[in-house]
Amino acid sequence: MAAVTSRIALFGGIYSNYLALEAAIADVRRRGVDEMFCLGDLGAFGPYPDRVFPLLQGNGIACVQGNYDDSVGNALDDCQCGYVDPRDNYFAQISYGYTLANTSDANRGFLRTLPTEIRLEIDDRKLLLCHGSPRRTNEFLWESTTSDHFLEKLFDEANADLVLATHSGIKWQHELPSGRHFVNVGVLGRPENDGSKNVWYTLLEVRTDGSIQVEFVPVEYDCERLAREMAAEGLPDEFQETILTGWWTTCLEILPSKERRGGKF
Amino acid sequence: MAAENPAPMIDLASLDQLWFQVAGTRCNLTCHHCFISCSPKNDSFGFLSLHDVQRRLEESVSHGVREYYFTGGEPFLNPEMTEILIAALQFGPATVLTNATVLKDDWLKRLAQAEQGSRFSLEFRVSIDGFSSETNDPIRGEGTFDRALAGIIKLVEHGFLPIITAARTWPEEEDARVIGEFTAMLRREGYCRPRLKLLPVLQLGAEEQRTCGYRESERITAAMMVDFDRSQLLCHSARVVTDRGVCVCPILIESPDALLGDSLEASKKPFEMRHGACYTCYQYGSICANPSTSATSTTQSRSSH
Repeated sequence: MAAVTSRIALFGGIYSNYLALEAAIADVRRRGVDEMFCLGDLGAFGPYPDRVFPLLQGNGIACVQGNYDDSVGNALDDCQCGYVDPRDNYFAQISYGYTLANTSDANRGFLRTLPTEIRLEIDDRKLLLCHGSPRRTNEFLWESTTSDHFLEKLFDEANADLVLATHSGIKWQHELPSGRHFVNVGVLGRPENDGSKNVWYTLLEVRTDGSIQVEFVPVEYDCERLAREMAAEGLPDEFQETILTGWWTTCLEILPSKERRGGKF
Repeated sequence: MAAENPAPMIDLASLDQLWFQVAGTRCNLTCHHCFISCSPKNDSFGFLSLHDVQRRLEESVSHGVREYYFTGGEPFLNPEMTEILIAALQFGPATVLTNATVLKDDWLKRLAQAEQGSRFSLEFRVSIDGFSSETNDPIRGEGTFDRALAGIIKLVEHGFLPIITAARTWPEEEDARVIGEFTAMLRREGYCRPRLKLLPVLQLGAEEQRTCGYRESERITAAMMVDFDRSQLLCHSARVVTDRGVCVCPILIESPDALLGDSLEASKKPFEMRHGACYTCYQYGSICANPSTSATSTTQSRSSH
C-alpha cells in the first residue's frame, strides 16, 4: 500500500488526446494536488499515440493498464473494448490498427509493465484504482445498468471502500448504502456525448474525518487542432466529428438506453 | 452421451443476471422456431405474480445481481407486467423481451414515468424474424411484422429506444445490405436511431420439428472448453426464475435437468452442458444479454478468481 496525502487527480482514458492531457496536467498543477493517476487506455481514437507517454512519465503519473494498453503492448488482434455491434467493431478496428502501428516498441514495452490495479490507503480508506471494474478490465459499469447490490458485491470481493474506474467514457459517481463510493472518473480522450466539446477529469479529496469529496473538472483544449491532426493521419471523419461536436458517432450500440438518450445519435 | 465421454460442467461464477419466465410459456403468437414452443394454449409454465417477482427481487439483493430480464412467452400477457417492471426498477436495470404486438399506451406511459424516476434503464427488446413481412410472417403469423413495427413506433413515441432483436434469416455476408435497408425503413417510419441485436436460430422446440434439430456431433466437449472464455456463456453468470423453481437458462427450461432448485442459493450449482443449445451458445456467445453488458473477458480478466 502506498502512503499518499489526501488530494489526488484521476485521469480516465486518454485515447491519444495529448492536447487534453497537457491541459489537464496544467489545470491540476494550478490547483495543487498530491499525486496524479491515469486509469488506462493511453492510446486509441486520436493521433500520434507516442505523444502521451512523455507527458505521463515526465509528470510522474502512475498508470493502470487498460484493455487497449494490454492489446497494444502485446500486439493482440483487437482492442478488447468489448463491442458486439458490427459497425462499432468496424470503427474500433480502424482505431486499434492505427494505434498499434504508430506506438513505438519502447512505449509498447512500457504498456506491458503497467499494473491492472493500483491500491492506496488514505486516512484508513481503502482505494482501488482500476480500468473497467475491480474484477474485469473491460467491464462497462454504466450508471443506469449497475445496481447497488452488484456494486456492494464487487466492493466486498475487492476489499475496497472507494473504487475509481473509467472505460465507459461517461463519468458518474454513487454512494452506496454501506457508505462506500464508486466513481467513474470520465475520460480525457473524447467528449461525453452531451454536445459539449470539453473533456473531464476527477479531483478526489479524502478529508481527515473520512468523508469524500469528488469534483468532476471540465477541461477545455484545442480540439480544432486535434481534429486537424486526426484528419492528417487519415483517421475517420466520424472520429473528428465527435471531437468537434461533442456527440458520439461511433461505439453507440454499447450504450444502455438512458445513456443513449443523452446523445444525439 | 456416452459415460466415458461426459459433457463438461460449468460453474456459476457470479449471479450477475436474473431472468424471469414471467409469462411462462403463454404467448399470443405461435412462432415456428420458438425454442420453448410457446403459444396461446401452452401453459406448461405459468405466469409469475407480482408477489413472486417481488420476493425474488428481494432474494437477489444478497446475491449481488446486477440486472433483471423478463421473458416468456409474451411478458405483456401477464396482467401484472407493468407493476412487475416498476417493482424491478426499484432494484436495478430491467429488460423485457416482447413481440410488441399487444402493447397499450397507458402501460407505456406508466413505464416511461417509472424509468424517469429511477436511476436505472428500462430496455425493451422486440423480437422479429428478418426485416420484412416476407421473412417474418411465415414464421410468426400473418400480419405480425406490421403489428411489431407498429409496436416499435409506439415505444419510440413514448420515449423508449427499443432494441430490435432479429433472428438472422439471411447469409452473414449480406449483413451490411440487409441491415442498411431495414434501418433506413425504420427511420422513415419514425425511429431515428434504431438499435439492433442479431441472434442465431436455435434448433429447439418448434424449430426442431421444422428443421433437423441438432446433430449428435453438435455438443460441447471437454476439449472445446480448454482456454475457452466461459463468460461467453449465459449459464456462467445467470439463472432464470420460473413458476417451477430456478433453472439454469431461459432456453433450456423444458429440460428436467435445467431445474436446479427452489432458491437462488440452491441454483448456484454446476451444470452439465450436454444440450445442443449449449453448443449454439458456445458458438455464438452472449446471445441473451444486452450489448451494454455482454463484453468478453480480456487477457487480464480476473472474473474466474
